[in-house]
Amino acid sequence: MPEIRVTPLGAGQDVGRSCILVSIAGKNVMLDCGMHMGFNDDRRFPDFSYITQNGRLTDFLDCVIISHFHLDHCGALPYFSEMVGYDGPIYMTHPTQAICPILLEDYRKIAVDKKGEANFFTSQMIKDCMKKVVAVHLHQTVQVDDELEIKAYYAGHVLGAAMFQIKVGSESVVYTGDYNMTPDRHLGAAWIDKCRPNLLITESTYATTIRDSKRCRERDFLKKVHETVERGGKVLIPVFALGRAQELCILLETFWERMNLKVPIYFSTGLTEKANHYYKLFITWTNQKIRKTFVQRNMFEFKHIKAFDRAFADNPGPMVVFATPGMLHAGQSLQIFRKWAGNEKNMVIMPGYCVQGTVGHKILSGQRKLEMEGRQLEVKMQVEYMSFSAHADAKGIMQLVGQAEPERVLLVHGEAKKMEFLRQKIEQEFRVSCYMPANGETVTLPTSPSIPVGISLGLLKREMAQGLLPEAKKPRLLHGTLIMKDSSFRLVSSEQALKELGLAEHQLRFTCRVHLQDTRKEQETALRVYSHLKSTLKDHCVQHLPDGSVTVESILIQAAAHSEDPGTKVLLVSWTYQDEELGSFLTALLKKGLPQAPS
Amino acid sequence: MKLYCLSGHPTLPCNVLKFKSTTIMLDCGLDMTSTLNFLPLPLVQSPRLSNLPGWSLKDGNAFLDKELKECSGHVFVDSVPEFCLPETELIDLSTVDVILISNYHCMMALPYITEHTGFTGTVYATEPTVQIGRLLMEELVNFIERVPKAQSASLWKNKDIQRLLPSPLKDAVEVSTWRRCYTMQEVNSALSKIQLVGYSQKIELFGAVQVTPLSSGYALGSSNWIIQSHYEKVSYVSGSSLLTTHPQPMDQASLKNSDVLVLTGLTQIPTANPDGMVGEFCSNLALTVRNGGNVLVPCYPSGVIYDLLECLYQYIDSAGLSNIPFYFISPVANSSLEFSQIFAEWLCHNKQSKMYLPEPPFPHAELIQTNKLKHYPSIHGDFSNDFKQPCVVFTGHPSLRFGDVVHFMELWGKSSLNTVIFTEPDFSYLEALAPYQPLAMKCIYCPIDTRLNFIQVSKLLKEVQPLHVVCPEQYTQPPPAQSHRMDLMIDCQPPAMSYRRADVLALPFKRRYEKIEIMPELADSLVPMEIKPGISLATVSAVLHTKDNKHVLQPPPRPTQPTSGKKRKQRHGFSDIKVEDTAKGHIVLLQEAETLIQIEEDSTHIICDNDEMLRVRLRDLVLKFLQKF
Repeated sequence: MPEIRVTPLGAGQDVGRSCILVSIAGKNVMLDCGMHMGFNDDRRFPDFSYITQNGRLTDFLDCVIISHFHLDHCGALPYFSEMVGYDGPIYMTHPTQAICPILLEDYRKIAVDKKGEANFFTSQMIKDCMKKVVAVHLHQTVQVDDELEIKAYYAGHVLGAAMFQIKVGSESVVYTGDYNMTPDRHLGAAWIDKCRPNLLITESTYATTIRDSKRCRERDFLKKVHETVERGGKVLIPVFALGRAQELCILLETFWERMNLKVPIYFSTGLTEKANHYYKLFITWTNQKIRKTFVQRNMFEFKHIKAFDRAFADNPGPMVVFATPGMLHAGQSLQIFRKWAGNEKNMVIMPGYCVQGTVGHKILSGQRKLEMEGRQLEVKMQVEYMSFSAHADAKGIMQLVGQAEPERVLLVHGEAKKMEFLRQKIEQEFRVSCYMPANGETVTLPTSPSIPVGISLGLLKREMAQGLLPEAKKPRLLHGTLIMKDSSFRLVSSEQALKELGLAEHQLRFTCRVHLQDTRKEQETALRVYSHLKSTLKDHCVQHLPDGSVTVESILIQAAAHSEDPGTKVLLVSWTYQDEELGSFLTALLKKGLPQAPS
Repeated sequence: MKLYCLSGHPTLPCNVLKFKSTTIMLDCGLDMTSTLNFLPLPLVQSPRLSNLPGWSLKDGNAFLDKELKECSGHVFVDSVPEFCLPETELIDLSTVDVILISNYHCMMALPYITEHTGFTGTVYATEPTVQIGRLLMEELVNFIERVPKAQSASLWKNKDIQRLLPSPLKDAVEVSTWRRCYTMQEVNSALSKIQLVGYSQKIELFGAVQVTPLSSGYALGSSNWIIQSHYEKVSYVSGSSLLTTHPQPMDQASLKNSDVLVLTGLTQIPTANPDGMVGEFCSNLALTVRNGGNVLVPCYPSGVIYDLLECLYQYIDSAGLSNIPFYFISPVANSSLEFSQIFAEWLCHNKQSKMYLPEPPFPHAELIQTNKLKHYPSIHGDFSNDFKQPCVVFTGHPSLRFGDVVHFMELWGKSSLNTVIFTEPDFSYLEALAPYQPLAMKCIYCPIDTRLNFIQVSKLLKEVQPLHVVCPEQYTQPPPAQSHRMDLMIDCQPPAMSYRRADVLALPFKRRYEKIEIMPELADSLVPMEIKPGISLATVSAVLHTKDNKHVLQPPPRPTQPTSGKKRKQRHGFSDIKVEDTAKGHIVLLQEAETLIQIEEDSTHIICDNDEMLRVRLRDLVLKFLQKF
């Protein structure tokens, strides 16, 4: 029995280190290759030894697909391809291909230069890894090999984020990566057609959350920022350089303009300028509104937002600073946080999800005393959380399941408890099985693909024409012969098959004698049989032939005198095996006798 | 399978393909050469044009002098310019299911089709095609609407009068169907019917046919199309290029194994080498400017202009032209320059890699930044303040009948210092210049047409090996002006089928198979038998389900009755069997049951009483035996 097997190496009942192995119709595909923000040891990368202990990864994997540029989806890629060793194709969209190496380099610098880690991937490895990347367009059907094809759909999570359909023959899996079902200020909403995959693998970050309207959240955010700077406080917004950062920049920029505010807004790291440049070049990946107006006004050219210098952190007076990275686990955002944490006038706004083990996660769960580099840090500044993550909420996930109409659903990229809730909801609402394997756990799903064959047009047309007759409601049987030659399958009419292969047909014919009590002449008996059948079998073609015989479709009925008993007539009902059903029915019918003729 | 040919213009095609149950329009090009018969629309009142004498018949009858004007021996219609539409009567256009667009030049008739024929289908095109197509339409509408003309001539179109007119008016075809330009509202409505597609995207039409756009290498987002079912494949090749200019290279491999290849949009200047033309363009431009003259380049707002600007970017410093201003004047100049920079995914590899840096893919961004290239929506406004001579002006329309170019022709035509350089190949430059004669300015003809030439075509056809080629009739004979050049035509075996406007071709195509799916349950129940080495047969009896043009075979509703495992008839309780040999085979007699089985080489006939049980038993036995052979 064919089957689809799914094994998460990461992101199974967890967020971070996304890496899912899928086997479909003999093809092995790895979906995402991420790192885990919460760990600094071996656990930060997926355990690739699961795929093969000693063979080469290239021999086991047909392709690798990266859904978007966030490090928890691509952070392990150079390690995987250059250090473990993989030379096959890696697919991602153009924006992902453009931005991914920059974030990887950033990540490498923090790990190696700042934390002094050894045995990490090098800049050259990132470059070599990116050479294996094949960029894909949205909706383009990419033929990985003769059988395996993949197709990207818009996911709306960050610039270039995509969902992927993986298809072999009539079997398919859709992997969503991270996605967002509501358009925001710079991205559109995720969309997929009714592709009815055998399996939908969806993220479930916000499995239990139904978010209030976006407008409210934005108003809340702006109010908090505004109040803090009004009373002279500093606002720290930890973000990843690309993604939410641009969204919040657009939001603050328009607010500053409308309110005519003068308080400085800074964006940390030199990446900003570059990042915004990417947004300008990839404007076709943003939402409708930005695309429509970009000629007049490019939304990614900010007037109020300036580059940050680390000396600015000690400046007196209010300011707003966007700093990377987003979960306060390292880098500039963490440095600024340590400087500002002691002052209750200040505020830190966490605009996205924080992985367990990060400082962001600790302060969000209410911890106010932190141990950092051997010193105690008391957090007096206000800590706010605002969900600006561009993930689908429970409603959005249900919406996507409804759009794609999968046979089964599998949840990844979420917390076990929340997943459980969503799993039940999906099973109830859509009546499809829903799975949530842990890391290293394999889910095996049997599939039953139908077999495509070629049917000769003559046979098909003949059958369809007959299907249009009034008895269409009754299922009609199509008779044909399947010719299997090499790997080609053709269904043709029996006559054609015989002719093609030079075989003689063996006809199987039945003739049944039915005895009838009837003293009249044979011709009259035949006439009675005719009128009886004509009135009984309204759906069939009943004919009375000049030679006295009666036909029902291709079944021949002849009346003959009984050799011994003149009061009995013998009906000879004759049919070929193809008409077996009707023939059998007719003899049974005639056996019951004819209705009394009106005398 | 039929092809309805609605346009006679080989590079502005409009064909309708009927394939299986679908009706597919391939492109809807608008033949704008009709406008050459009209007087130019000047932006600023032109005494010369308004004082042209009216035309009168040989006998002196001047009743047409309001409609027709004469200029240097040519006669022009003094009216709002009109375009020659594709045939609208040959086929009921409301039955068209989809329109496939191959590039932005081949969609200019779209509003006429989608807005005025009862069309209710979908249009498919790539995003750059739509965006740049919109710019071309916007520019056209703007050019014509901003110079309102009260007069609309129609008298000359009368068949009896047209006969009396001089050439080329006398020979103009279908003048009664010529139409004025559409409005912006119609453009927007037409464009709203477009669905965006990407290269290599497979689009299902009603489950019957699959269409796929492929990169054609000619322009931003330009595509060829594959129209296929499981057993038949039609390739539509329209406006393709093998030269390395800015667009993504042409995808040739996917065109292989076509049953029919429809070939349109070849180069209009088969004798000119585009690279040589670019060189000539640059040197003539430099020569004129150095002598203190101005250069006018009539052009479309997108396409070759990007390549020309790139050449000039590399050329101007070495040619000492750094102080010469370049002006690009079009209502959509800014949009065109901006849009060109955001479609990096659709560009050639070199340009694509720029976006990873990230840098704008085209160097004209730098020309603008350094103020060497300036763009304006029209000659009015800022331009008149900034205007310095000598200069180079890129502006439309290449027909020289409307747009800002008319103004520059009037302004610079009298001085031999100035040069007009024709780069667009769509209009004959002599005809374009006719209403401006006599002219003192220099005229240089450097047509740059990057589309396939005949050498490339024959290489392509050898490579992709279509069974049949269909093309406009112009391609099956040498051009009229070079009738000895037998190399300037398509040469293939079997000879290409040619079409002309209003032809209906029956494509040589026999469909023999259709895809059907066998449900796994049914497949399990099939018993294949090996008849010959490598060939197996299985008889199939199944229920046919057809929905949305997809056919599925399901298992028959009643399971077949289980057969008993016994093999010999004796064991079935038939004791009184008598076997007789006959000429052709054997007869088995079951005396007690009064049953007769005639077994011959190619048939078995069971004659029995009406005992269903017995009959079914015999049937299954016989079938079992038959299966074994």
